Amino acid sequence: MVKLVIDGQQVEVEEGLSVLEAAKKIGIEIPTLCYHKALTPYGACRVCTVEIIRKEWSRLSAACTYPVQQGIEVKTNSEKVRKARKLILELLLARCSTVKPIQDLAKKMGVEKIRFPQEDKKCILCGLCVRVCEEVVGASAIGFANRGVERKPTAPFEIQSDACIGCGACAMVCPTGVIKIEDIEDKRKIDRWHTELERAKCKMCGRYFFPQATIDYLKKKGAEKVKNLLELCPDCRRDALIDKLNQVKYESNLVTTT
Amino acid sequence: MGKIKTLKQLEDFQDSLVKKRDPNKLCITVCGGTGCRAYAWEELIRAFEAEIEKQGLKEKIDIRITGCHGFCERGPLVVTHPQRIFYQQVRASDVAEIISETLLNNKVVERLLYIDPVKNEKAIHEDEVNFYRKQQRLIFGNNGKIDPTDITDYIALGGYTGLGKVLTSMSPEQVIEEIIRSGLRGRGGGGFPTGRKWLYCRQAKGDTKYVICNADEGDPGAYMDRSLLEGNPHSVLEGMIIGAYAIGAGEGYVYVRNEYPLAVKHIKIAIEQAEGYGFLGENILDSGFSFSVKINRGGGAFVCGESTALMVSLEGRVGEPRAKHIHTVESGLWERPTNLNNVETWANVPLIIAKGAEWYSKIGTKESKGTKIFSLVGKINNTGLVEVPMGITLREIIYDIGGGIPGGKKFKAVQTGGPSGGCIPESMLDLPVDFEELTKVGSMMGSGGMIVMDEDTCMVDVAKYFLSFLQDESCGKCTSCREGIKQMLQILTRITQGKGKEGDIELLEELSEVVRDTSLCALGQTAPNPVLTTIRYFRNEYEAHIKDKKCPAKVCRDLITYTIDEEKCTGCMRCLKECPQQAIVGERKKPHRILQEKCIKCGICYESCRFDAVKVE
Repeated sequence: MVKLVIDGQQVEVEEGLSVLEAAKKIGIEIPTLCYHKALTPYGACRVCTVEIIRKEWSRLSAACTYPVQQGIEVKTNSEKVRKARKLILELLLARCSTVKPIQDLAKKMGVEKIRFPQEDKKCILCGLCVRVCEEVVGASAIGFANRGVERKPTAPFEIQSDACIGCGACAMVCPTGVIKIEDIEDKRKIDRWHTELERAKCKMCGRYFFPQATIDYLKKKGAEKVKNLLELCPDCRRDALIDKLNQVKYESNLVTTT
Repeated sequence: MGKIKTLKQLEDFQDSLVKKRDPNKLCITVCGGTGCRAYAWEELIRAFEAEIEKQGLKEKIDIRITGCHGFCERGPLVVTHPQRIFYQQVRASDVAEIISETLLNNKVVERLLYIDPVKNEKAIHEDEVNFYRKQQRLIFGNNGKIDPTDITDYIALGGYTGLGKVLTSMSPEQVIEEIIRSGLRGRGGGGFPTGRKWLYCRQAKGDTKYVICNADEGDPGAYMDRSLLEGNPHSVLEGMIIGAYAIGAGEGYVYVRNEYPLAVKHIKIAIEQAEGYGFLGENILDSGFSFSVKINRGGGAFVCGESTALMVSLEGRVGEPRAKHIHTVESGLWERPTNLNNVETWANVPLIIAKGAEWYSKIGTKESKGTKIFSLVGKINNTGLVEVPMGITLREIIYDIGGGIPGGKKFKAVQTGGPSGGCIPESMLDLPVDFEELTKVGSMMGSGGMIVMDEDTCMVDVAKYFLSFLQDESCGKCTSCREGIKQMLQILTRITQGKGKEGDIELLEELSEVVRDTSLCALGQTAPNPVLTTIRYFRNEYEAHIKDKKCPAKVCRDLITYTIDEEKCTGCMRCLKECPQQAIVGERKKPHRILQEKCIKCGICYESCRFDAVKVE
């Protein structure tokens, strides 16, 4: 266990936690954009900047990547922190002036006007899409291309990637909604990655549902046991599961009655 | 020669090499550094070979292509032996004379000697050239003596005896202790104590450990690591092997940028030769210690010089930094304990082992020991690589070694530490150069770039230049670096265009502070340095741009106008003909006039006028 002080409160947490997680445990919310509890901390947005005082030496650091250390003091809302967060949000807002979550957070941080030329980019470069694709899905179909202000998440060479299974996890974690999935009849399109995949037909109702590539990928990943369920659309799968559960209940009733 | 298995064998081999070499044998050494190779160098080498062949002197005269001598301004450099005559700017047409006069008749070819631009004195030997006089070339000195592609040249000068000593008589702990006592600090920029880094890596848990040589030098104008790898690759390699032994690493990598083809070639040859002699591979010098080195060629991203980005890139992924709260000595390459040092740091190691920590720690200042190689470039008479003891003043480097500013111009500032360094003004020229002193004035040691600027340099324009470099090279991962640098650059651009506003300086300062304090890696954390130091020391220039819409150095095109002084203009029509925009009108022998609406302010008229009639305001 590690003892530290967060905003004046003595805290004891297990080793290996980040300052962000430790703060959360005692109910202190630190704003984040690129953090997701299912993913490795990345430290890209810098919105979770806090002040860390260690051996009388104060510095700013991203809370999501800073591991808790014995004896440190964390200030999540000092003037220094507020000033830094406010400017970071102003910079992000200048880049993405119409993105709602950025507008909201900027307002919360006290950004009243933007002193920089404004652009209307929709991607805040949090990297959640890239990381979910690599760490959770395991497909690594997208990554970052270019450097600096030109940086953007994309499929290699900006053409459809064979590795993209069209699962849509990227769109699900995207905080700005810039990654759009379009399901049109037998096709699934994710324009941002130039993905266009065939959708499978439900074995029961005949409706198009998931991309065949997603189903094949899940089978390959070991979902062989539930193979039959994978070939059903979500609605039919639910029905099939209910049927199965009913059977179980019936059997268990049998046991109790005899 | 097969593998060397014992220290005795190494010493015997060394003796035999020294005995075999006749110190009076006639020899021509030609600098083979990239700088010299840029001046009709191949032609020169061919001319030497042909002339020796023609005169039937093949047995009598050797030619040796050596590493970089550092005085790149005056290349190609040739030194004759045993006379030690130092010739500069040698052309193929000089070859016959050098051979017949100097080598065969011991006479000096006067016109090829270096003439001091200030004192107008000729220097016959290398050490008489002012450029070299105040240098202390401990790391760089052997460059000019050896053929970097021949390991025996290195061995003959005592090479690999440090390794022999370490493997036969020192424990890893003793080696680390020696490096700690020497006071050596990382030459890549951070200045972290090398011995302590090694100790932490040795203490880190894990059986597999790595050492890395960071040769991803990317600062504009800096090329000392390149010259070391090109000119004395075995010194770097020997340092790495000693370090690996001390740390307990079995594998090493040299991460070198692919834009350095000669460095890549020479380190590759060096590794092969070291393997051949048994300095690399299994059971080195029968000590039970095994170590191998691989080369990884970088793609040229500046950020890959940052240690965590370099390691990620080495793993085959996109080079971008990660937070370093868990140090790379604990979890680095492939999440194993990894010790990374810069080229120059590694090259210091054999020297410390050979001469001892005590000797080494006497050189330099209290906190910064040894020497440092700087690449002295910009508005300076003697451009080149200089190795000086820590603590030497900037004035000594710029005036005594560098020979001052060309064309009688006034010194304005020196930028140290690469693009993220700071600009130091004239009032601080007596600053002793070491890690702490440079940081105190807002700059840094960095990897050793030193760019000299004269009175014709606009400091706002300089800040803009470095920020534009950093904007291009930022990986873009973290918001503060990516967006912060971009906005700073836009403000600086506006100021140089005459669109600066009241409050711009304060906004630049505010951005600088946040970018410095909240960026993920050192690239962003130090990026504001050029802005902050130019504001600190040259605030009046910023104000002149913003308030008066004037560029005092007359650099920023939007803020200057070219006019012709009617009194001085003779009507020679020279500027009129040279102007690419046909913006100058007038008749022969009558004063010309510049049409402002057509003028693009390229300055060609100003440079072409022989009567000083073109004015810039």
